Amino acid sequence: MAKKNMLQAVNEALVEEMERDPRVILIGEDVEIGISGDTRNLVARGGPQRVRNTPICESTITGLAVGAAAGGYRVVVHLMYANFIYTGFDAIANQMAKLRLMTGGQLNLPITVLTVYGGGCSRGAQHSDSPHPLLMNLGGVNVLMPATPADAKGLLKTAIRGDTPSFFFEMPGGSSGEVPEDDYTIPLGSADVIQQGTDVTIVTIGSTRCAAVEAAERLASQGVAAEIIDIRSLVPLDRQTVLRSISKTGRLVVVDEARQRCSAASEIAAMVAELAFGALKAPIRRVAVPNVSLPYAPNAEAPLLPTAERIVEAALAITSAQAERRHESNA
Amino acid sequence: MNEAHLDKTALLSLFEGMLLIRRAEEHLRDAFARGSLCGAVHLCIGQEAVAVGVCSQLTECDWIASTHRGHGHFIAKGGSIEGMLAEIGGKASGICQGMGGSLHVTDVSKGMLGANGIVGGGLAIATGAAFAAQLDGGGAAAVCFFGDGAASQGVLMECLNVSALWKLPLVFVCENNGIAEFMAADSINAGKIADRAKAFGMPSTTVDGNDVLAVADAARVAVARCRRGEGPSFIEAQTYRIRAHCEGLEFVGGIEWHTEKLKEWTSPERDPISRLRGVLISQCRCTDADLEAAEARVRAQIERAAAFAEASAPSDPGLPLRLAASTAE
Repeated sequence: MAKKNMLQAVNEALVEEMERDPRVILIGEDVEIGISGDTRNLVARGGPQRVRNTPICESTITGLAVGAAAGGYRVVVHLMYANFIYTGFDAIANQMAKLRLMTGGQLNLPITVLTVYGGGCSRGAQHSDSPHPLLMNLGGVNVLMPATPADAKGLLKTAIRGDTPSFFFEMPGGSSGEVPEDDYTIPLGSADVIQQGTDVTIVTIGSTRCAAVEAAERLASQGVAAEIIDIRSLVPLDRQTVLRSISKTGRLVVVDEARQRCSAASEIAAMVAELAFGALKAPIRRVAVPNVSLPYAPNAEAPLLPTAERIVEAALAITSAQAERRHESNA
Repeated sequence: MNEAHLDKTALLSLFEGMLLIRRAEEHLRDAFARGSLCGAVHLCIGQEAVAVGVCSQLTECDWIASTHRGHGHFIAKGGSIEGMLAEIGGKASGICQGMGGSLHVTDVSKGMLGANGIVGGGLAIATGAAFAAQLDGGGAAAVCFFGDGAASQGVLMECLNVSALWKLPLVFVCENNGIAEFMAADSINAGKIADRAKAFGMPSTTVDGNDVLAVADAARVAVARCRRGEGPSFIEAQTYRIRAHCEGLEFVGGIEWHTEKLKEWTSPERDPISRLRGVLISQCRCTDADLEAAEARVRAQIERAAAFAEASAPSDPGLPLRLAASTAE
């Protein structure tokens, strides 16, 4: 298996899906050149009819996707940065998310919106938002946040083949990983337990997986065994995997790159509090971005993001008594 | 005037089409007044010629996107009256199973992509449908109906730009009914609306929107251009809104200009149905009996549809969650 980064994996999925289904089309700003790499060389593969640069007009791009999907195409929309969801939001919220319901099921809208999100690169406040909670609250759209290149490829293929609008959040950086060459898909709403543990469950959302893995290593050295769940898909949400883990660990830390207020972490925390209150041994902790926009200067931006340090701190706060007991029994 | 337009059968069909919209909406007006509708209705009484004239040039393979005042477009594109009245009644047998109501009457099987509660909401959708039609290569066209209010939404400029750039098979039909909600159209739009399209190198014409033959003529030219692959056109059809923005709301204060215009536009010389009736009698040798037969057919159709809607079961309250499927989990 070849090692690829997430954008290369996305590119591979797009190439394969365009070759598999002639009704898959791709529109967006600069998709023909594909500056970041995810849409590179697609004109050569899909042809200039199916891969088109649009003018810079997000309100039209999102609505145009709705019309083209109603007209029978599987539309992949590239919105470049997730903040541009806001400029294209009318057609997303009022048309894309609602038409299936409003038409009594006459319309299915196979639309996949690709967009890059998150901070840590000094992109400034207008290019670093993580607006997935806003989309989770719409109803009517899937929200996908893969953390690895292999998951990105499998989830993107499922999204493109599906009949429900899906928002697919890409991480431009992130580590490379093995990506199977074959044609595989990953079902939406299936979380991945990437590390077993008994003391605390850490649920990670997209980009926060990396910090959680690092945090788990540090916790292990302090005698705390963390179970890590990469949620992968927020809508639909794999409740069962999270609840199963809570019944084992009784403790939850949810890590999210959105602002904390009404974040995806808040939703997962509320879900666990509602459905597994009896299993909880300690309060749930959210590790997210404080309720501010991300600044430009690296030294000001970094501490606002969910770091391994903050995750460790949150986990220790709810496991400390147990950690202490373990420590004593080992001594 | 095109000779073909004086064909009696064709003209009678336009007449009956407009009459069907008028009577369906009068039925809704009365039902609202009686308090028997659950939601708002925005009526297009007096504007029927725009919907009927444009749609007379389209087939089921063509797409339209409509406005919040969409009953006329829905009916003119072939949507079922039964389905529409049941929809507005919130019934399971409604065209959208009661999930949309008046603001969202949609019949995808007829190429009708929906009335739209967002002013200007149909513009990009029609542009996308035109893009799909272009990719299909089958010669289908898309029409976007929008009003003088939507003419000042920024998305119009975007859609004019991209459709001209890509030579999309799209016709922009601005149904300028003189009033945006409660504001005179010329108090909120600078310059002439039709001129906006000219900046994008697009043919643009202004027609008397209460003359169904003039509307049909303009649409014929624009749709033919689409089908030849030469790109989009713009039609501003000037008409007037006879009813309030939506039923149950009346104009309040400072409305002399509206009262004057209302008198003018409801006169037989301006009313689109009376005008075509005049043409049918004077130029097509139609008799009162021909016209009365059309009236009777329309009346029977509305009565049947109203009875169907009345007798239908209420909408299924479990449907929203079933339609949402995975996204509601």
